[in-house]
Amino acid sequence: MHINFDLQKTLAKLFGSEKTKVYGVVGEFPDAHDLVKAGRTVKEAGYTKLDAMSPFPVHGIDDAIGNPHSNIGWIVIFFSVTGAALAQLLQWYTGSVGPGKMPWWSGLGSYPLVIGGKPLYDFTFSIPVTFELTVLLSAFCAVFGMLALCGLPRLYHPLDTYSQSHRATDDGFFLIIEAGDPKFDPEASSQLLRSLGARNVEVVEG
Amino acid sequence: MADLAIKHNPLLETNPPLVQGPQEYNAVTEVVSSPTEIPLNKTPLRWYIAIGITGSILGLMGAMLTYLVATGIGVWGNNRPVGWAWDITNFVFWIGIGHAGTLISAILFLFRQKWRTSINRSAEAMTLFAVACAAIFPLFHTGRPWRAAYWLFPMPNTDLNMWQNFRSPLIWDVFAVSTYGTVSLLFWFVGLVPDLATLRDRAVDNVRKKIFAVASLGWRGTAKAWRHYEAAYLILAGISTPLVLSVHSIVSFDFATSVIPGWHTTIFPPYFVAGAVFSGFAMVMTLMLIARWVMKLENLITMKHLENMNKIILVTGSIVGYAYATEFFIAWYSGNAYERFTFINRAFGPYAWAYWTMISCNVITPQFFWFKKLRTSIPVMFVLSIIVNIGMWFERFVIIVTSLHRDYLPSSWGYFRPTWVDICLFIGTFGLFLTLFLLFCRFLPVIAISEVKGVLATQRHEAHEEAAH
Repeated sequence: MHINFDLQKTLAKLFGSEKTKVYGVVGEFPDAHDLVKAGRTVKEAGYTKLDAMSPFPVHGIDDAIGNPHSNIGWIVIFFSVTGAALAQLLQWYTGSVGPGKMPWWSGLGSYPLVIGGKPLYDFTFSIPVTFELTVLLSAFCAVFGMLALCGLPRLYHPLDTYSQSHRATDDGFFLIIEAGDPKFDPEASSQLLRSLGARNVEVVEG
Repeated sequence: MADLAIKHNPLLETNPPLVQGPQEYNAVTEVVSSPTEIPLNKTPLRWYIAIGITGSILGLMGAMLTYLVATGIGVWGNNRPVGWAWDITNFVFWIGIGHAGTLISAILFLFRQKWRTSINRSAEAMTLFAVACAAIFPLFHTGRPWRAAYWLFPMPNTDLNMWQNFRSPLIWDVFAVSTYGTVSLLFWFVGLVPDLATLRDRAVDNVRKKIFAVASLGWRGTAKAWRHYEAAYLILAGISTPLVLSVHSIVSFDFATSVIPGWHTTIFPPYFVAGAVFSGFAMVMTLMLIARWVMKLENLITMKHLENMNKIILVTGSIVGYAYATEFFIAWYSGNAYERFTFINRAFGPYAWAYWTMISCNVITPQFFWFKKLRTSIPVMFVLSIIVNIGMWFERFVIIVTSLHRDYLPSSWGYFRPTWVDICLFIGTFGLFLTLFLLFCRFLPVIAISEVKGVLATQRHEAHEEAAH
C-alpha cells in the first residue's frame, strides 16, 4: 500500500505517456548485522550506488555501503553564528539608537532609557539573549536542514511500490542497489542479492 | 542455548536487560503501536472517564482566565508588599517540571545512557505540556494577553514607541522560555518522525494512513536519511544540554539580580537547575507509573529504568538539601543583618509552616531512596514522587513569598493569602497538563519505537555472540 501523490506520475497516467523506469533491486535480510555484512560484500563486488532501509539506524551500514558522513554540522554552525550576530545587532540597535536615528519608513522612534545607571549597550548583559538566539537558530537549522538533506517531506517514492516496504519501519532490513549504478543489471544484481541470502528480492519500478 | 546463557550470567543480575519479554523487533512495534490503533468507538471507558475529569478541570482554568481578563488582574491576591506571589510560583514550578524531559532526551543521550530510550518520549511530551502550563502565568499576568506580544517580543510597533529593556533579566526570561519551548517541540517532533512512519505503515484505514503519511513527512528509514537524522539528533542534544541549564539559570536571575534579601545570592542558578530536575523526575515518575500499568509497558519500562530515575531523584534531592544548608550558612556568614533576618524569619516566621513542609518533602523524602528495597518498590516511589512535587512547589512559594512579605520598612510588612481565583487557576493548569498527556497516550506512541529497537539490536547481538561461544 502506498500513497500516490506524485503529480508528474498522475499526469503521465492521464495522458497515457507513462514510461516505467526501473528504480533498483531490493532484497530483505533477517537482522541488522546480516544487512551490514551483505552491504559490504555488494560494495566489494564493485557497486557504488547503494542504499538500505531499516527500522532504526544500523551501526556500520554507512561504512559498509560507502555512505559519506552527513555534512549538516557545517550548515548548523553557519546558522549558529548568524543567530549570535543577529542577537548582538538586535540588542545594540534597540538599546542605543536614539530618536531620529531610526529609518524614516519604520515610523518608530526608539526611546533609549538609562536604568539603574547601566550602559545602553554592553556585551555582558547581552550574553543570555545572544545564547538563546544562537540555540534557536541552530535548532531550526538542524531540523529543517536535516529534512532538506533527506529530501523530505516526500509523500511518494518509488520504494513504496516494493511489496515489503511497510516492514522497513517495523522489523525488515533491506538492501537496495539503485538503477543509476554503472554495474546495475536487473537480473545479475537480483542474483547477487539472492546469493547473499536475501529474501523477497524484487525489481522496483516507479 | 541462548536462554541458558542468559540465566547463568551473573552480570545480568546486577545489570538486567533493558528490553524484557519477547526479543523480537515486531513485539516492540506491537506493544507500543497497538494502544494508539484502537478504533475511536472502542476507546476504553476509563480513558473517557479520565479525560472527562481532567477536561472539567481544564474548563475551570478557562473559566478563571475568562474571569481574570473580564475583571482585571486584581482578582489575584498579589499586592504590596508581595507583588510577585502565586503566579510566578506556578510559573517556576511548571517550567521546572519540564526540565526532566530535556535532561533525559539530551544529557542522558550525550552520556550514552541507553535506558533513556524507554522514557524519553513521554518525558519530552511532559516538557512541552509543562511549558504550555507555565506560559499561561506570564502571559495572563499582563492582564491584556492579546497585546503581550508587543511587550514581550521586540516587535516594531506604534503602541509603545520603545523597545524592551534588554538589561532586565525578565526579557532574558522571555527569550529563554520561548526558545526552550520551541527547541523542545522540534526535538520531540524529530524523535517522533520514524515512529509516525511506523504508524503509517501499520494503518489499515485509509484516512489514518494519510494523516500519518503527512505527519511522518514520508519517512522511509533509508540509510541515506538515517545518517543525516542521527547527525541532526546529536546536534539537537548538544545544543539542548546547555539550553536546559540556561533556562532555569535565567529564571533564577529574575530573583538573583534583584537586591531583595533571600534572593540576591549567587547560588541560585545551580540550585534552581537541580531543583528543576528533581521535581521534573518526580512528575515523570508519577505519570509514568500510571501509564506503564494501564498500557502494560512493563517489558519496556522495567524496574531498572524506575530505579535509575529514583537514583537521579536522590542525587538532585540531596543537591537541593545541600543548597538549603549553604543558603542558611551564607546568610549567617555574610554578616548582613537583613539577610540573617530573612532566613530566620523563613524558618520561624509567619510562613514557617510552608518552610518546614518544604524541608520535610524535599530534604527528607528523597533520602529513603538510599535503600534498594524502597527505591524498587512501586507504591513507595509513587507516593514519594508526589510528595517531592508538593515540596518543590512549596520551595518556590517559600523563596518568593517569604522574601517579599518583610520589606526594609516594617510599616510595609504584610501577609500574602491567595484568592480563590489563584487557587482555582493553579488547579486548572493541572487539567491542561493531564488532558494533553491523556491525548498523547491515546494517539501517539508513548515510547520511542525506533530507539528501543536500536537497544534491542545490541542486546540480540550480544545474546547471539554468547550462544555462539
